[in-house]
Amino acid sequence: MNNKIKRIFPQLLTILFVVFVFGFFTINAQVNMDNRGIDFGFGFLSQEASFDMQFTLLDYDGQDSYLWAYVVALLNTLLVSFLGIIFCTILGVVIGIARLSQNFLIKNSAAWYVEFFRNIPLLLQIFFWYYAALRALPLPENAQPWFGVTYMTIKGYYIPSMIWENLNIFMSCLIGAIVAIIFIRIYAKKIQEKEGKQLPVFYISLALITILPLFSFLIGGVTLDFEIPVLKQLAKTSFIYEGGISLPPELIALVLALSLYTSTFVAECVRAGIQGISKGQKEAAASVGLTPNQILKLVIMPQALRIIIPPTTNQYLNLTKNSSLAAAIAYPDLVLVFAGTALMQTGKAIEIVGITMLTYLSISLAIAALMNWYNKRIEIKEK
Amino acid sequence: MNLGLNRIKSQNQMTNIYIGSALLILSILDVFLNSFFRINISGSLPGSLSIFFPLIFGFLGLSYLRMEYSGFKFLDSLNKNVNTTNFNAFLTLFITFAILKAFPPALSWMVLDANISGDTKEACTGTGACWTYIKVWFKRFMYGMYPNELHWRINSAFLLVIGLGFVGYFFKENLKKYLALYYVVIYPIIAFLIIYYLISGGSFGLVWVETGAWGGLSLTFIVSFFCLIFCFPLGMILALGRRSNLPAIRYISVGYIEFWRGVPLITVLFMSSVMFPMFLPEDFFMDKLVRVIIAITLFEAAYCAEVIRGGLQALPRGQYDAAKSLGMGYWKMHIFVILPQALKLVIPGIANTFLALVKDTPLIFVVGLAEIAGMLALAKTNPKWLGFAMEGYIFAAIIFWIICYAMSKYSYNLEEKYKTER
Repeated sequence: MNNKIKRIFPQLLTILFVVFVFGFFTINAQVNMDNRGIDFGFGFLSQEASFDMQFTLLDYDGQDSYLWAYVVALLNTLLVSFLGIIFCTILGVVIGIARLSQNFLIKNSAAWYVEFFRNIPLLLQIFFWYYAALRALPLPENAQPWFGVTYMTIKGYYIPSMIWENLNIFMSCLIGAIVAIIFIRIYAKKIQEKEGKQLPVFYISLALITILPLFSFLIGGVTLDFEIPVLKQLAKTSFIYEGGISLPPELIALVLALSLYTSTFVAECVRAGIQGISKGQKEAAASVGLTPNQILKLVIMPQALRIIIPPTTNQYLNLTKNSSLAAAIAYPDLVLVFAGTALMQTGKAIEIVGITMLTYLSISLAIAALMNWYNKRIEIKEK
Repeated sequence: MNLGLNRIKSQNQMTNIYIGSALLILSILDVFLNSFFRINISGSLPGSLSIFFPLIFGFLGLSYLRMEYSGFKFLDSLNKNVNTTNFNAFLTLFITFAILKAFPPALSWMVLDANISGDTKEACTGTGACWTYIKVWFKRFMYGMYPNELHWRINSAFLLVIGLGFVGYFFKENLKKYLALYYVVIYPIIAFLIIYYLISGGSFGLVWVETGAWGGLSLTFIVSFFCLIFCFPLGMILALGRRSNLPAIRYISVGYIEFWRGVPLITVLFMSSVMFPMFLPEDFFMDKLVRVIIAITLFEAAYCAEVIRGGLQALPRGQYDAAKSLGMGYWKMHIFVILPQALKLVIPGIANTFLALVKDTPLIFVVGLAEIAGMLALAKTNPKWLGFAMEGYIFAAIIFWIICYAMSKYSYNLEEKYKTER
């Protein structure tokens, strides 16, 4: 009896406390909203947004609804996160491996890179790139082309856009090639398990992925044109590039800062992963006669990845959450557009901040769930 | 990458060393003269060859120098450390040249061509950095809009708080048991009172300075200090809650931790500044700075909790069983057996969380508190001082870098220290 009370009493107290806090907040919110004449509800989502966005991936103008503005802003957030993740992975892997190099200079430069970018607040880095470094770029009329057809100017980075015809045929060819490669890999594994023969899977895959899309150009009627940005005079001293794709400086600064900052953490994950594999594994693999390539592919990497991937995913998650700093330099991401402009216009503080937080929360929880599933799958099953 | 370079090498080792070092010195000299004195000794070579001249010559030189054993100490360590393969040699040259090329412009911008004299924009005549800007705005960057003649109040408050932080070291043996009590309960209260009465003022004959005037680096310190001392106990309670075997408490803790860890800090700050006032009673006013500190504390407590949970999980079950078998209850067991060991384990993790907290504080700029990033934004748009964004951000970056680097080194030392004790 005494024991039961000991178990139930603290739980009851905690629940009461939580209910009390929530209840207190709800009642206050009700009173406050009544006084200010605001009503709670999500009806505003279908109203006309009537603000513009500087940079969008999908078609959007002021006549669209708040809901559409939300979708477009969310896509902008995802774009930054996606680009950031790609660049930070490339940089992080290179730096992480460089930190393990035998070369004294390379090892130390990599270590200093990590120490340097990791210890400066991300917001300051974003500000530095946006307000200081990118402002030093030339005006459009003075810009020298990079690689002949791209222009880096103070107004953004102009790159050629691709104009496809019959893109769906090309895409289906590409998907077909990937599916074929997966089947061939499964088949090759079976053959190897049965007969011990090894098929040259890599070369077959390479051939498939180049030849099939190539065929779509030759036979399928797929064409690809490039639209190269051309300088255009708007007024006497105002120039702009037309055609092609223009990446705004906000996006460039954000991706640069995010990927430089996060790459230091990814590098540390990679280093820890590779260092975590004991030397014996490598020597054992060599002693059963595997080639250096096979050792890396079949013995080191599968084990290192098991250590590397969970913390790295965590870093990707951090990058996605940090991309909300976009609001500080007016890149139209979810926080700026929705929790900033839309909130100012509608005054629906609770709903909008709630939706914004829920969006990030669901991204995080989804990735976390995926991670747990993956961890369960690759776990070393000890007997 | 076997380029067959061995074939051109001479049989005689000494000849190889002479040729190799001559080529290497030539290439490094070329880059050095080029970047430091703008003398181009390879300029007479045709076209793009003059650009690649040092790379090619250095590469050849290094491959001549590469040998099993030469007998010269310097050469052997060179070979062992930076010149093991062709690829390594190439990377070595590349990094050396990049440093040589980047050093003189950076030096001349930051020091040689820079200005620091005078106190108007016109004093900056050089092509380099304008440190005059930093000098003139220095007090603003440090103290925000806090009145100039009252800066002593911030300084003395900080000195007092730091001094009190060290008091724990001088506790006598018989007082040691109150150490935790001092740091968790008494110290935060005293620190709060000091900062409230000294920096805010309003009583004891001190002029009231509203929090809107606080700013600069001192605000960064105030915010991170309070968040730091409040998020630790909260995180500890949450970590214990998550490990509890009472389902209601466990689920509430898990929900709390996962919620705060899933949202970006910036939305939390938005919440504190626009949404939180709606949740408070009508006539109840809470200062923006206090709201922000509460928001960051709640946010960081979730991260702190996860770190402490790691320490709790790392303890062997035997510790719990032993404590229970001595008849200790839940609280006795945790306070005297589990937490002292677990917290010792997680000191480096906690230090990292605090480091992240310090790096996150510039974000309060987004909700309109003028800490150092906010003051920089203000100074940057001042019509008298346009165009010095670069200097400002480099200055702030250096300050934060020093703070964060010192913290990370300190946490690394702690990690090493506690590693050996186990």
